[in-house]
Amino acid sequence: MSQRAKLKGLSRELIALRVANELEDGTYVNLGIGIPTLISDWIEGRDIVLQSEIGMLKTGPLATSDDVDQDLINASCQPVTELPGSSYFDISESFGMIRGGHIDVAVMGALQINGRGDYAGWSNPARGLFVGNIGGSMDLCAGAKKLFIAMEHTTREGEYKVVKELSYPATAMGMVSMLFTDLAVIRITPEGMVLEEVASGLTPKDIQAVTEPKLIISPELKEMQL
Amino acid sequence: MDKVYPVIDEAIADIKDGAMIAIPGFFAAGVPRALLQAVIKKGTRDLTLTCGCGPLLGAADELRALVNNGQLKKVIDSYGLFRSASKGMQDPFECAVRAGEIELEVYPMGTMAEKYRAGGAGIAAFYTPTGVGSVVEESIITNIETNRVPKETRVIDGKEFVLEYALKPDYAFVHAHTGDREGNLRYAKTARNFNHVMATAARVTIAEVENLVEAGELVGDDVHTPGIYVHRMVKVPRPRFTITID
Repeated sequence: MSQRAKLKGLSRELIALRVANELEDGTYVNLGIGIPTLISDWIEGRDIVLQSEIGMLKTGPLATSDDVDQDLINASCQPVTELPGSSYFDISESFGMIRGGHIDVAVMGALQINGRGDYAGWSNPARGLFVGNIGGSMDLCAGAKKLFIAMEHTTREGEYKVVKELSYPATAMGMVSMLFTDLAVIRITPEGMVLEEVASGLTPKDIQAVTEPKLIISPELKEMQL
Repeated sequence: MDKVYPVIDEAIADIKDGAMIAIPGFFAAGVPRALLQAVIKKGTRDLTLTCGCGPLLGAADELRALVNNGQLKKVIDSYGLFRSASKGMQDPFECAVRAGEIELEVYPMGTMAEKYRAGGAGIAAFYTPTGVGSVVEESIITNIETNRVPKETRVIDGKEFVLEYALKPDYAFVHAHTGDREGNLRYAKTARNFNHVMATAARVTIAEVENLVEAGELVGDDVHTPGIYVHRMVKVPRPRFTITID
């Protein structure tokens, strides 16, 4: 993979905000570890119910030091709080809910994604281990009605993460519908990756330079609104 | 039926070398730390610990002791390694996995949950959509190459599924907020996680409870795990731990 200069784009927090703006009221949403977890900061007060695969619906905001309860954490091992209407259930119920198609949107992080909506996130071969941390990612991919990816557009070294073919082990094939990065919003379609939004100050050419598959430029291309 | 053992060591006295023990907990929450500490003290070896989502990352002191004492043969989990590769390189468990001294077998978390559910419910195996399109559908994922047994798949109604088998551990250690003497258990919030389903799957379930009450004090409608699944109980203090997996 070629080395490229890193473009200046959105912070992780602002990627999370852009995803939050895409989520519709009245939906049940599961957030993966990493940037997706930060989305919870942006949906307080909205009619969006967070499912945490540990066994909780209507997961509340992160706990502050005063209200930390060691029996109340989210799936990223962070202390969280209850909201009016929160519920708890056991893990087989939780994954029945996930595989059974009851979750509207899952937002996951990724190491690589391609133009067919395949993505890799559970194992980085650089670690040199055949085993890795799958967690709930593959179940969410199998069961959520929509799968979004939120990630940085390139690696820290500027290498492609949006690739023609995955070189890392896949988490799921053909399931991703939208990709949100620090640089762009891309929709995955049967024709390929459609560039819909670019971060302020960037051009489609800038995005293509750090994206391995050929991008289709949307006729409605616009600057990312936050 | 009074299932309470006054001394924790007596509740685990019959656990022999080579036993398979289910360890619930989702990272730091709901981990049976007191029972793990008791088995560390007992020195039982060649243990297979079947988990669900990283309870041994949440109980890092106990994991370190089990590894350093050479008590672990195998761990089954969906999330058994540090997120950070650099931290992992210094972790004695990961080092032992890299060296092939401890086996780490990995499944998606929902598959782990269903393996216990099936084990406790008399189902031999099940077809799941989870893992289709990944290496999970090809073989068992383990660091020990010779144990990568191929998996069966089947197309049902035009969609592909993977066959996964039930898991029936010899023992389950569970951690409950409240239990009555007859083994009825109630968990707290997200500390419930794998506790109930593991209690149903094991041949012998041993529960550590923070609050021990008399039969009748735990209202029937509030019972999460009926006593039929629980064979032994011990009263333990409410654990104190840091909520972290780093």
